[in-house]
Amino acid sequence: MSVAGRVAAGSSARTGDRPFQLLLAVMAAAVPLIIGAVLVALIAAASPAIQRFGVGFFVTSTWDPVAEEFGVLPFIYGTLVSSALALLIAVPLGLGVAIFLAELVPGWLRAPITFFVELLAAIPSVVIGLWGIFVLVPWVRTTLEPLLKSTLGFLPLFSGPPLGIGMLTAGLILAAMVVPFIVAVSTEVMRAVPRAQREGALALGATMWETTRTAVLPYARSGIIGAIFLALARALGETMAVTMVIGNVPQIKASLFAPAYTIPAVIANEFTEATSDLYVAALIYAGLVLFIVTVAVNALARLLVSRVARGPAQIRE
Amino acid sequence: MQTRTPALIDHTTGIQAQDVHAWFDRLHALRGISMTVPERKVTAVIGPSGCGKSTFLRCINRMHELVPEARVSGRVLLGQENVYDEAADPVLVRRRIGMVFQKANPFPTMSIYNNVAAGLTLAGERDRRKVEQIVEQSLRAAALWDEVKDRLHKPGTSLSGGQQQRLCIARALAVSPEVLLMDEPASALDPASTLRIEELARELANDITIVIVTHNMQQAARVSDFTGFFLDGELIEYGPTNDLFTKPRDRRTEDYITGRFG
Amino acid sequence: MQRRYLVRRWKNRVMAGVTFLCTLAVLTPLFLILAFLASTGLSALNWDFFTKLPGAAGEPGGGMANAIVGTLVLITLAGVIGIPIGVLGGTFLSEYPNTRLSHTARFAADVMNGIPSIVMGLFAYVLIVLPMHHFSALSGGVALGIMLIPTVMRTTEEIVRLVPQSVREASLALGIPIWKTTLRVVIPTAAAGIVTGIMVGLARIAGETAPLLFTAFGNRFWNRDILQPIAALPLQIFAYAISPFDDWHRQAWAGALVLVTIVLIVNITARYAAGRQVKLR
Repeated sequence: MSVAGRVAAGSSARTGDRPFQLLLAVMAAAVPLIIGAVLVALIAAASPAIQRFGVGFFVTSTWDPVAEEFGVLPFIYGTLVSSALALLIAVPLGLGVAIFLAELVPGWLRAPITFFVELLAAIPSVVIGLWGIFVLVPWVRTTLEPLLKSTLGFLPLFSGPPLGIGMLTAGLILAAMVVPFIVAVSTEVMRAVPRAQREGALALGATMWETTRTAVLPYARSGIIGAIFLALARALGETMAVTMVIGNVPQIKASLFAPAYTIPAVIANEFTEATSDLYVAALIYAGLVLFIVTVAVNALARLLVSRVARGPAQIRE
Repeated sequence: MQTRTPALIDHTTGIQAQDVHAWFDRLHALRGISMTVPERKVTAVIGPSGCGKSTFLRCINRMHELVPEARVSGRVLLGQENVYDEAADPVLVRRRIGMVFQKANPFPTMSIYNNVAAGLTLAGERDRRKVEQIVEQSLRAAALWDEVKDRLHKPGTSLSGGQQQRLCIARALAVSPEVLLMDEPASALDPASTLRIEELARELANDITIVIVTHNMQQAARVSDFTGFFLDGELIEYGPTNDLFTKPRDRRTEDYITGRFG
Repeated sequence: MQRRYLVRRWKNRVMAGVTFLCTLAVLTPLFLILAFLASTGLSALNWDFFTKLPGAAGEPGGGMANAIVGTLVLITLAGVIGIPIGVLGGTFLSEYPNTRLSHTARFAADVMNGIPSIVMGLFAYVLIVLPMHHFSALSGGVALGIMLIPTVMRTTEEIVRLVPQSVREASLALGIPIWKTTLRVVIPTAAAGIVTGIMVGLARIAGETAPLLFTAFGNRFWNRDILQPIAALPLQIFAYAISPFDDWHRQAWAGALVLVTIVLIVNITARYAAGRQVKLR
C-alpha cells in the first residue's frame, strides 16, 4: 500500500529547519555582538586620546581644546553628583509609589497610575528639557533656590546666587526621568514576593505597613537595589534634558546652585564642533568611559533583579 | 517485565511498533512496546493516566521527540518503512500520520476554511480549485460541512467545542493521511459531541487506520475493533476489543476494566 | 495593648498617606508637562507648521515640514534594521528559551536597553560617518535601528511565548516543518502583539535626539538622499529651544506637542491592544 521511501528524506521538506534556526540564532546573537562592536569601535576611535592622556584623563580638570589638553574630572564630577542628587530624590519617591502600587492601590486605580508612570518614561528627553528650560528653571530660580537659601543657606550646598540653571535643576529633572524605572522594577519585584511571606506577617496581626517593612521589603531587597542601579545607569547617560538645564560649565563647585557639566552633555554640545582629531578622540574616550560604566551598572542591576523576579520564562514553564 | 504480544492478527499491517522505548529526560515512560495496529480498523489504547498511552501515540508520528530532553528508541513501521530510520524525515512521517489532540486546537488567527486548507497551503499547494475541493471533501468527511458551509470565512475559534474538534479532524484529513491518531479527542466534549466524534472515527476507518487513545473504557468498547491496555509504560494486553473486555487474559487488565484501580 | 494597637494603626495610615503623596509627587511633573504642552504648543500649532520649511533665523513663520518627514525617514530606516533583527531574534529567545545563546542574548538585550543613546550616536558616527566623511540620514537610521532592537526583541519574545504550544503542535502534526510553522503559524498568531511592541519601540526612538546630533545632524531644507544630513523633529525642537527667538520657542513647543501626541496615541493603543492580547491565552 505505501510507496517505499515516502517517509525518507529525498528532497526533504525539513531542510529549511537548520538554516532557519541558524538565521534566528544569528539575529539573537546580533545583540551581544553589537555591544562588543561598540566597545571595539569606541576604543579604536578613542585611541589617540587614550595614548596621549591615559588614566590622567580622569583626574585632570583642564578642558582646553585650543591647547589640546583634555581632562574630564569636572564632567565626571557633574555626572556623578547630578545622578546622585537624582537618586536621592527619586529613590524614596519611587519606592513610595511602588509600595502604593504593590500593596495599597485599589484595583481600578492601578492600571491608570501604572500607565501614567510609564508615560512619564515615554516622554522624549528633549521635551522634558524644553519644559525644564521654560518652566522648571524659572521656578527654581525664583522660588526653590531662594527658599533653600533662606532656610539652609548656611550650608555650602545652598550658597551662591540663585541662577535656576545648574546642578540642582539637573538633579530634579533627572529624578523625574529615572523615577519611572524605579517604580516599574520595584513594583514588579514586590509583586513577586510569595503570597506566603505576606500572609505569614498578616496572620501575626501585622498591619499593611508592618507587613511591607518586615516581609515584603527585605524579600525584595536585592531587586530594589537592582532597580536603583538601573535608574543610576539611566541618570548617568541621560543627555538632552540635562544639557538643557545644567548650564554646561566644566567646574567643580560645592554649591548645587552653580552650573556644572556632564559627560553626555559635553559630547552632545562639542562633538560637532570638535575640529582636531585629538579633540574628537577625547570626546569619544569620554563616551567610552560612559559606555563601560553604564554597561557594568546595567549588568549588575539585571543580575540583582533577576535574583528576585525570575523572568517570565521560568515562572511559566 | 514480560510483555505478551497479542496473537497474530489477521489483517494487513498498518503500523507495527517494535520494542519502542521512550524517555522524558530520565523518566522511562515507555518500556519496550511491541504492537501491531491493523490497517483500516479502529484501535483503541486504554490505561490509567500516566501509563504512557499518549506518549506511545506521539511516538508513532514522531511528535514525542519535539519535547526537549525527550528520547525514543526502537522501530515504528509504517507499512514497510521504519519512521525512525536514519533517512526518514519526521515532516514526511507526519504528513502520512495525522493527529487530533485532546483539546481542539484550531489556528486562532485563521478562518474555518484556512484552518482546513492549512496543511495544503503551508506545504505550498497553489492550485486554489484543488484546495477548495479538498477543503469541502475534508469538511464533509468530518461531518462538519453542512454546519459551516455558509460561514467558511469566520474564525475557526468561533465554532463550538465539538465543532472545533471536528474542524481539527477535517484539517488532519485534508492532507490525506493513511493513519489518524486521536489523543483523547472527546475528553473535553459533551456527550452529544462525543458521540459524533465516535461515529466519525468508525466511519473514517473505512478508509484509513485509526488509533484512538482514551481513558474512557466504554468509548473504547463502542468505537474500536482492537484494544491495547497500557500500564506503567508497558503494553499489558492487546487483542480484539470484544475479547479484551469480556475475557481478559491478564489479571491487571481485568482489574482495570472492572474498575478495581485507575 | 489597646493603646499600642491604636499607635500601630495610626502609623499604618500615615505611611499609606505618604505613599499616596509620593505617587502624586511623581505624577505631578507629567501632568505639568502635558498641561504646558497643551496650552503653549496648541496655540503655536498651525497649518504652516506641517507644510513649511523652517524660516530664516529670527524671522517669525515657517514650519517643521522637513523635520517631520525627516523623522519618518529616520524611523523607517531604523525599522528596516531593527524590526527583522528584533522579531527574529525575539522568536529565537522564545522558541529556544534555555540555550546558552538565548540566556546571553536576553541579558545583552536588557543591558543594551540601558546604554545611553548618545553612545549609540558615537557608535554610528565611528561606524558610518567617519568612513563616509559626512553626516547622513543613514547613520542616524542605523543608530536608532540599533536602539530599536532590544525593545522589539524582548516584546516579541514575550508575545510569541504566549502562543499556546497546542498551536505549534497542530501545525507540526500536519507535517509542516518547524521553520514554516514558526514563520507562517506561530508569528502570525502573535502578530498583533508584535506589531504593538514595534509601535511602542518606534515611538520611543522617534523622540530620540542625542544619537542624531552627529549622525543625521539636521538640515534646514528638504533632503531626498539618505547619504546626506537630514532634519528630525527632536533635533529641531532642541535647536529651537536653545535659540534666542521667541517664535522658535513657540515652534519648539508645537513640535514637542506633536511628538508627545504621537507617543501618547501609540501608548494608549498599545495598552488597548495588550488588553485584548491577554484573551488569546
